[in-house]
Amino acid sequence: MTQDLAAYGYLIAAIFFIMSLRGLSSPETARGGNLFGIVGMVIAIGVTVLTPGVVSPWLIVAGLLVGGSVGTVVALRIQMTALPQLVAAFHSLVGLAAVFVAAAAFVSPDAFGLGAPGKIKTASLIEMGLGTAIGAVTFTGSIVAFAKLQGLVSGAPLIFRGQHLLNALLGVALVALLVWFAMRGHPAAFILLIVLSLLLGFLLILPIGGADMPVVVSMLNSYSGWAAAGIGFTLSNTALIVTGALVGASGAILSYIMCKGMNRSIFNVILGGFGTDAAGAAAAAGKNDRPVKAGSAEDAAFLMQNAGSVIIVPGYGMAVAQAQHALREMSDLLKKSGVTVRYAIHPVAGRMPGHMNVLLAEANVPYDEVFELDDINRDFASTDVAFVIGANDVTNPAAKTDPQSAIYGMPILEVDRAQTVLFVKRGMSSGYAGVENELFFRDNTMMLFADAKAMCDAIVKALSGSSH
Amino acid sequence: MDDKLAGQAAKLASQAQELASNLRGVAQQISDQAALNVAGLPDGHMPFVALLTIFALACFVGYYVVWRVTPALHSPLMAVTNAVSSVIIVGALLAAGLKGLGAAQLFGAIAVALAAVNIFGGFIVTHRMLSMFKKKQPVKK
Repeated sequence: MTQDLAAYGYLIAAIFFIMSLRGLSSPETARGGNLFGIVGMVIAIGVTVLTPGVVSPWLIVAGLLVGGSVGTVVALRIQMTALPQLVAAFHSLVGLAAVFVAAAAFVSPDAFGLGAPGKIKTASLIEMGLGTAIGAVTFTGSIVAFAKLQGLVSGAPLIFRGQHLLNALLGVALVALLVWFAMRGHPAAFILLIVLSLLLGFLLILPIGGADMPVVVSMLNSYSGWAAAGIGFTLSNTALIVTGALVGASGAILSYIMCKGMNRSIFNVILGGFGTDAAGAAAAAGKNDRPVKAGSAEDAAFLMQNAGSVIIVPGYGMAVAQAQHALREMSDLLKKSGVTVRYAIHPVAGRMPGHMNVLLAEANVPYDEVFELDDINRDFASTDVAFVIGANDVTNPAAKTDPQSAIYGMPILEVDRAQTVLFVKRGMSSGYAGVENELFFRDNTMMLFADAKAMCDAIVKALSGSSH
Repeated sequence: MDDKLAGQAAKLASQAQELASNLRGVAQQISDQAALNVAGLPDGHMPFVALLTIFALACFVGYYVVWRVTPALHSPLMAVTNAVSSVIIVGALLAAGLKGLGAAQLFGAIAVALAAVNIFGGFIVTHRMLSMFKKKQPVKK
């Protein structure tokens, strides 16, 4: 296959990738979208393998076999609750692959039409250097994100003195190295560039706390796209450039949506350490003796069964307790006794964008019962019971009323406007932002102190006991 | 009169000759330039500005396409973009498919394996997620 023909193939692949993302605009067309992506990938790989430059298939076959079987096994075995860390791990692989491709192009540039070894053009060196740096940052950054999501390291923000200064210095050094590398193309510069970028990726993600992971995962998603685009420039490959731009834009938009969902700027998130010090103080001061109304599973079952409508607000606590199946059973029973049940999802609920939607879908909750914040918020006022399970900050009215609060301005689900609010929670602790939730102390709030799954199971028991 | 005419004709002819030689020079320059460009841009390589144009337009396409994705499918979106960005495998294939066995081939093979994990894993996990999203059944018992 000639280069010209290959370029047409890459164009077709790029169009398929665009169609793939386009398919995700609704759940009906989404599976088709995934298929488009697969076809696009097959075309891109097929075209490349048929170019005259590829003469020895053995390493390719070996790589595809090893990587393909690992990927298949992992993807088939993974639990849906472990999805965020899986995605983080996948991002790290894209980053590392970008580094290796750049390294291959650097040691034998003649194979990629970049000139003789040691005599690579400056423009190619710049593109190569950028792709490498972004790839390496993505690699270590995603590893840290993976470790935090998997619970291998503490999800708490890790902050030390002079951290931002160190990162800034590293950033400046990286730019200087990039310039040196572009001017000389020295191997030492290349290696140093990789090492420094790896270090920076590590340090950048370390200070970011667990509940900010939706932003981090989206951001790394974006980086992996930009790294691919950078390599695309080096190889003059349109499929890579187009795809890199698509993925980069996608990740950037998701990060933006997540930040908006928390009313924080991306810099605020990256600089890390959300309310860590204040949280301790507030929690200590907040350990007060104000009375709360605690209820039992039977109380909750009675309340909901006699309600006309219930809105369920799931949060990360539901994911941790794996309560989604028990929750669906509960809502099935309620629906059977004539209660309207809907779900309300906050944009930043869970540990990755759309996390709650996937878990509810896993538990066979129909997606047309699940609503986004803007679509359901006004309905709380006409709802009898809001059932909050494993969520806290995203329901806190202080975000609307208290300008002093750390979460002031964050869009919330207005559960406080429902007739009765049920909170399934293990204790009285404040949420990730370290802000106490006034709702707990209201008269029309009932606290259900238990593990989310245990509570749902108990309510199911109470419901089925009373209806038969 | 004839002499005058002949003189003008000769002048015209010499001008025409000069013009022709000038044109030849320009043509030579153009073809030289073209040859230089070809030498500067080996097989299938496009000028930087063309690539940048493609990149910029693709960013806009991405922007509009992604805003249309329903928030409920943001997790599958991430998984599928992740699989798709593994198209970086094309660079890895070029290196791994070179003749002989050296550093480039080795780096290429590693990158092929890494990207393959993502491609297979990413598309499969996306499929798993998407097949869970179901509509409300009209009659449910």
